[in-house]
Amino acid sequence: MSNFINTFLPNVVANWYGDNGFVTAIWQTLYMTFVSALFAGVFGIILGICLVVTAEDGITPNKVAYQIIDKLVNLFRSIPFIILLAVIGPFTKLIVGQTIGPEGALVPLVIGTAPFFARQVQLALVEVDPGVVEAAESIGLSPMKIIFRVYLKEGLPELIRSGTLTIISLIGLTAMAGAVGGGGLGNMAISVGYQRFENDVTIVSMLLILVLVFVIQGIGDFAVRKLEH
Amino acid sequence: MADQNEIIKLKDIDVTFHNEGKTIEAVKDISLTVDRGDIFGIIGYSGAGKSTLVRVINLLQRPTAGEVVVNGQNMLALSSKELRQARKNIGMIFQHFNLMNSLTVYGNIDFPLRDSKLSKSERKEKVDHLLDLVGLTDRAQNYPSQLSGGQKQRVGIARALANDPEVLISDEATSALDPKTTKEILDLLGRLNEKLGITVVIITHEMDAIKQICNRVAVMEDGRLIEEGSLLTIFGKPQQKLTKDFVDTSTQVKSALEEIKTSGIVNDLSGRLIQLKFTGDVTNEPIVVGLYKRFNVSASILFSNIERLSGTTIGIMVLALSGDDSKVQEAVDYLNGLDISVKEIELNESEEA
Repeated sequence: MSNFINTFLPNVVANWYGDNGFVTAIWQTLYMTFVSALFAGVFGIILGICLVVTAEDGITPNKVAYQIIDKLVNLFRSIPFIILLAVIGPFTKLIVGQTIGPEGALVPLVIGTAPFFARQVQLALVEVDPGVVEAAESIGLSPMKIIFRVYLKEGLPELIRSGTLTIISLIGLTAMAGAVGGGGLGNMAISVGYQRFENDVTIVSMLLILVLVFVIQGIGDFAVRKLEH
Repeated sequence: MADQNEIIKLKDIDVTFHNEGKTIEAVKDISLTVDRGDIFGIIGYSGAGKSTLVRVINLLQRPTAGEVVVNGQNMLALSSKELRQARKNIGMIFQHFNLMNSLTVYGNIDFPLRDSKLSKSERKEKVDHLLDLVGLTDRAQNYPSQLSGGQKQRVGIARALANDPEVLISDEATSALDPKTTKEILDLLGRLNEKLGITVVIITHEMDAIKQICNRVAVMEDGRLIEEGSLLTIFGKPQQKLTKDFVDTSTQVKSALEEIKTSGIVNDLSGRLIQLKFTGDVTNEPIVVGLYKRFNVSASILFSNIERLSGTTIGIMVLALSGDDSKVQEAVDYLNGLDISVKEIELNESEEA
């Protein structure tokens, strides 16, 4: 087995440990994915809820708020991620103190993902039966309680589905962020594998990312199955 | 000083929607009063504005103009917090049940109690009691998707009762159910009214539902209230055309007349065709025999239907009277004098005439 690895994946072995090795890269990818997923998740849910409740047929209609959030979400979703990375450089530096490395990638990742997720949340929550929302109003629940007890509870399976989708697309973005100095498996595949012609490194980077995607998809599917009745 | 007996009072209610430059008057100038303990039925075809009107009671729909008083409280003057409190006193059930799919039957009934001051054990006791009341004790741990329509509506009723409301609004609650289940659900509402003294407002497009449990009826058409009265008055002496339509459909006299017209039975009959409608004691007198004895007029019964409504009998009969022309006229005059509503039926004319 070790013979096989040494023969066919020599560069992977050479690049396994160390500051620029695979172990570090895997860690960086996980770090970028989950920390930005956490922040983008919180912002996305808040924005998505705001879109649903302030809409014309929402529980607290507010035309101005809806228009502002709606347009902002569209604006940030329209900027290609690789350009966003460069454009918000100064802002990134202001917040995390640097523009490179996994920390430097966090800000653009969150800003690139949150609007996308906000739309997903909006789509998931408008699917919640308006009749159930009306029933909750007739019971005398406040808008805040309707958000937590009806929208988030009834929409949970759909939210997890969109969350899974968002995290997977986020992994794609971390690979791109890696290429411009964020580190992680994307960086590994491009700056080591591609640019030094060490093809085995590129392939193993890709396989590791695929494993990550499958694991996340599996967890998401499992959770949805558990929640749906 | 408001009448203590009044629990819901709507005064001069208008509801107007503005949609893409078009103005839709869903409810026009409606005033009505529901007394404590009533089972008040509002009937009308879809689009008549019934749902909009009942939503005004708990302000799920704010009226464009008018006054809403529930239980002596001016609803429109309440703050949003007070309004939420007032809504707890008005339970509501829906055509499509509107249950939480993510909660069990137990969870759905417990849902309105989450903010109550009851202790955990008191809450459980209450939910168990409600489950028992609607006959779903053995279904407590099922999810709504595992229930039939009738069972879902029972859960809806139990949930609506959780806060011990004094008023229960039923928004087409039986319209998505089959006739047998409809009857069961209406029976349940009737029992709750009797047992808990809860005031029930139901809206429906089926006269049969009204007939089964209501004591008072309002008829809506095109956003307006066109007729209102006790069940007996509405059934016995409907004034408006729409009301008559509903009553005739319900008593099946309409389909019977169609049948008589198309089947050709009438060709074999001589004389006049009349429709009789009587309420109360008159039914106990042998009318048909009486006609023969007194006037020598023979009456063939083509259709007859007798119903008991709120303890009173209402009968409808279609008779073919034959005999001497003048005698037949005397017979008709006699019937008119008996407090029986008599209507001549012209078979050649259209139904509308």
